[in-house]
Order: sequence, then C-alpha cells, then structure tokens
Amino acid sequence: MISDLRLKNATPGKKILIIFVQVAFICYSLIIFYPLFNMIMSSFKSTRDILRFPFALPQKLDFSSYKTVWVDRGFGRFFFNSVWMTTVSMIFVLLFGSMAAYGVSRYVYRMRTAVYMLFLSGIMLPLKAAIIPLFMLMKKLGFVDKPISVILIFIAMGLPSTIFILSGFMKTIPKDLEYAARIDGCNDWMIYRKVIMPVIAPAIALVTIYNAVPIWNDFFFPLVFLQNPKYKPLPLGLTNFFGQYSTDWSLLFTALTIAILPVLILYIFMAKNFIKGMTAGAVK
Amino acid sequence: MNKRTAERRWILFFISPALAVVFVIILLPLFMSLFNSLFSWKQLIRQDFIGLENFRKVFFTEPYKTRFFNALKNNGLWFIITMLIQNVGGLLIGYFLSRRVWAHEFYKRVIFIPVLFSIVAVGFLWSLYLRPNGLVNGFLKIVGLPQLTRAWLGDESIATFSIIFVNIWRWIGFPSLVFLAAIDNVPMDCLEAAWLDGATDRRVFFKVILPLIVPSILIITVLTIIGSLNVFEQIYTMAGLDGAPNFSTDTIGTLFYRTAFGSVDSGNPEIGIGSAIGVIIYLLTFLASVASIVGLGKKEVEL
Repeated sequence: MISDLRLKNATPGKKILIIFVQVAFICYSLIIFYPLFNMIMSSFKSTRDILRFPFALPQKLDFSSYKTVWVDRGFGRFFFNSVWMTTVSMIFVLLFGSMAAYGVSRYVYRMRTAVYMLFLSGIMLPLKAAIIPLFMLMKKLGFVDKPISVILIFIAMGLPSTIFILSGFMKTIPKDLEYAARIDGCNDWMIYRKVIMPVIAPAIALVTIYNAVPIWNDFFFPLVFLQNPKYKPLPLGLTNFFGQYSTDWSLLFTALTIAILPVLILYIFMAKNFIKGMTAGAVK
Repeated sequence: MNKRTAERRWILFFISPALAVVFVIILLPLFMSLFNSLFSWKQLIRQDFIGLENFRKVFFTEPYKTRFFNALKNNGLWFIITMLIQNVGGLLIGYFLSRRVWAHEFYKRVIFIPVLFSIVAVGFLWSLYLRPNGLVNGFLKIVGLPQLTRAWLGDESIATFSIIFVNIWRWIGFPSLVFLAAIDNVPMDCLEAAWLDGATDRRVFFKVILPLIVPSILIITVLTIIGSLNVFEQIYTMAGLDGAPNFSTDTIGTLFYRTAFGSVDSGNPEIGIGSAIGVIIYLLTFLASVASIVGLGKKEVEL
C-alpha cells in the first residue's frame, strides 16, 4: 500500500497531476456510464426519435417495446434458457471441481502431479480451436441441437480453473482437522462434505462468479450447437434478433437493455464479490 | 481390504468425474484436431493420409494464404494495440487507484462494470453507436468536430481499430484491478526505504513497484495473447463473419469458423484445412505463452 495522493500539502507540480488524474477518471466514468444510460433511454423512445434526437430524453416511459421483445420475440424464453443452463452447468462445475480439487490436494500419491497438470493444461488450451472434433463428437452422440451439448462443454470450460483455485485453498487446511474427523468415524466423503467444504465456502463463492459470468455470456458454443429457438440462450437470441430487426432501433435498444440491465443491477449489489471473483484467476 | 486400496478407491472416486469430462471434451478433441489435420476430407468423411499437405495449403496456396496472413496480421494488431493502450492504461489506472485518489473506491467499481457484460451485447450496442447516423458521429457534430465523423465500421482503414477500442472499453477494468491488487501487495518497507532515500514518485514507480509486480504483468500478457488469438465474437457482432469491409477486420477466429463450417473456397466445410488452422491456433497460443513466461520470468525479482 502506498501513500495517498491528495491535494492537501502537495507541491504545485503534484497539484496539477492530481487534477489531471481526477479529470481523466471523471471523463472515463462518463464514457462508461453514458452509453449505458443512452441505451436505457433509447429503449423508451421510438426509432424515429432515436434517429432525430439521439441525445434527448424520452417524452414518456413507454414500456410497449419491452412487452414486444420479452413476450412476442421470445426474450423471456432466451432469458430463462440462460438461467437454467448456467445453473445446471455451475452445479456440476462446483461438484466435480471441488471433488477433483480434494482428490489432488488432500492425498499423497505417485500420479498426483500428473493428474494436476492434466487438469491445469485445460486452462491454457483454447477450447474454440477444437470445435471441429467437438462437433463430430456431439453429432455421434446425438447431442447436436440439445442443451446437453453446450452444458457438457460449459462444465469442461469451468473445471480447470475451479480445480486450480480450490486446490490452492484446500492445501492450506491443516491435516489435524481431517484426523480429528477420522477419529470420530468419518469416511473420506464425509470429511470432504462436512469438514473441507464448509471451510472453503468463500472460495466456492469466488469460483462461482469466476465461471458463471463467462458461461452466462458464452455465445460461440450455442452458436455452433443450438439451432432450435426453444433452447437458445440470451446472447444467441440477441444475435438472431439483430439479424432480423436491424433497422428497428427502438426494439434493438430494448433487447440490449434486457441483456445488460440484470447483470448491472446484480453488480450494483455485489460489486466487491464480482471484482474479487472475476480477478481470482490472475490475483494470488 | 487394506488401507491403501481403500484410499486408492477414494482418490479414483473423487477425481474420475472431472477427469472424464476434461479428457473427453478438452484433451481428446485436441488430439483429434492434430490427427484430422493430416488427412484429406470429403465433407465430414475422412479420406487419405496426406501428411502436412493441409498446412502447406494454408501457408502457400491461394485463397488460403492471403486470407490466413491477412487474419494473422489483424490478430497481431489486436495484441499490440491491446498491450499498448489497454494494459499500459490499466497499469496507470491501477497505480492511481492504489494512491487512493479522491473517490477511488467509486472509480474502481465503475471501471469494472463493462467487464461483466457479454461481448455480444457490448458489440451490438457499439455497432449501433458507431453506425454513420449513430451516437458517436452525433456527438462529434455537437461538439463542433463534424470533420471527424466517419463510417467507423464501414471504412477499411479504421474498422479494426474501432472494434479494438470497443473491446478495450469493455475489458480495461480487468487489467486495472489486477494491477491494483498487485501494487497493493508491494511490501510497505520496500517503499519506505525508497522514500527515506529520497526517491521521487516516478523513480519509486519504475524502480520499485514495476519490478515487484512482474508476475502480474506476466499473467496479463499471457491472457492478452490468448485473448488476441481468440477474437471472434467482437468481429462477428460488429463486422460479420466475413470480417467486413473486404476482410479488413478478419481474424484467425472468424477465418477458422468459416473454414470449419463452410465457405472460404468452395462454400463447403473444409475439415482438413480447418483442423490445420485449429492446430496452428493451439501452437501459437502455446509458443507465445511460453515465450512471454521465459522472457519476462527472467526479469522477476525475488525479495
């Protein structure tokens, strides 16, 4: 931690620097906020008004475009698809990931490092580059156009980083805790479930955010595997929508607001957790 | 049953579900890509073993050659501009946030907002703003700079830059907060020693802070390499799958997709060429990551 940079008692040169930095930060905050604000305002305007007065506020709060997009254009369904696919994927990422982390961090055996490295290699390998064999594999299994195809890939996407982060936390738990439980008659599963998992609960929250955000946002794999509108998640639904209604600005801004606002609201309430979670892989 | 066998069974029980998923979805396709790239293909049916012929085609035969090197050049551009603007900018933002300038907690939260949004939503939002009759040109007219208005995504010479800047808008919060965390972790006694010696802020930054946060610089560099090689959604949403206008925004990711699912040469999927490009992506990712780890790792300072 370094000393605070404040105007009080600063030399003239430093004062100029501080003011410059403030101006830069304020400008940048505006560059982030204004496009989002304009997006929300535009969703209440008609296409005509958006094009004629792009900076004007809406005359009245007209929610009709929301009803059109959410109900008639199927965004309610896309949203629901994103929710359940992300939830199911995350349940398995957390279950399989924490089990594997337990398996590589709480036992000593010959193949341990090899198994650990095998999991870690998944962090570096770009999964998109393997789309051709993945497609053939899913086709052979009959999973194309079924949600299970992307859910399996999402689970594989989340596992390496989950195992990496969780095993780091599990290594720091003292063995004595485990011995005590064993004397009380716990088997390995009970130790994992009743001793280790409660202790690493904060790390679980971390990896949940770290993986749920990219899964929620993923577009590439649904694009390849899910043609059926019944199963499209939000990013893919948004893409098709942009292809179909590319000149109806009012509906486009409404669709974007529906895609972006829920994440923004969630962030306002849990900013600290999101920042910690998303940077978990890069910050020791 | 003795104790060792029991333990072995428990280990297997804990690691096999994850191992099975990682093996089938990540490792097997990697080897299949390598294998497939060595064969000629007729649609989805494997034909003859042809060695490195697919790779030769990508590097030396039209139309693949032009498309491939054009795309690779753009990926290089993505990497360089992202390093120079996003990561250097992120380092400065992280540094000033660590000096706890007025309202730093607020700025910290604000800068991170777009990091959570999907690339698709951000891409489409900005594609609307960057249209000729969109918000960006409207703003330039209002502030009296109408000569600066452009077809931001329609002009071959600037389309790639526009898309890179949108991506920086989305992602700069990430390196900023990684660097902030790293600078906050620099031990206080190192900094105090420097101040007692009368070092200026600038000297402290370059001679004390920078060498001590090399591990974070390394991670951000590797992530930038991987990110630059995997650019796809940004182009798909803002320029289309063909990297319009006239392939000027094409990247390896979009080229790879077009090859795999149809349309560079004949309009049909070309599994052989596609797999070869997939293997090249793997190799580039691997080589670039190793190179930066070796290169920057040497500069790392032990306390």
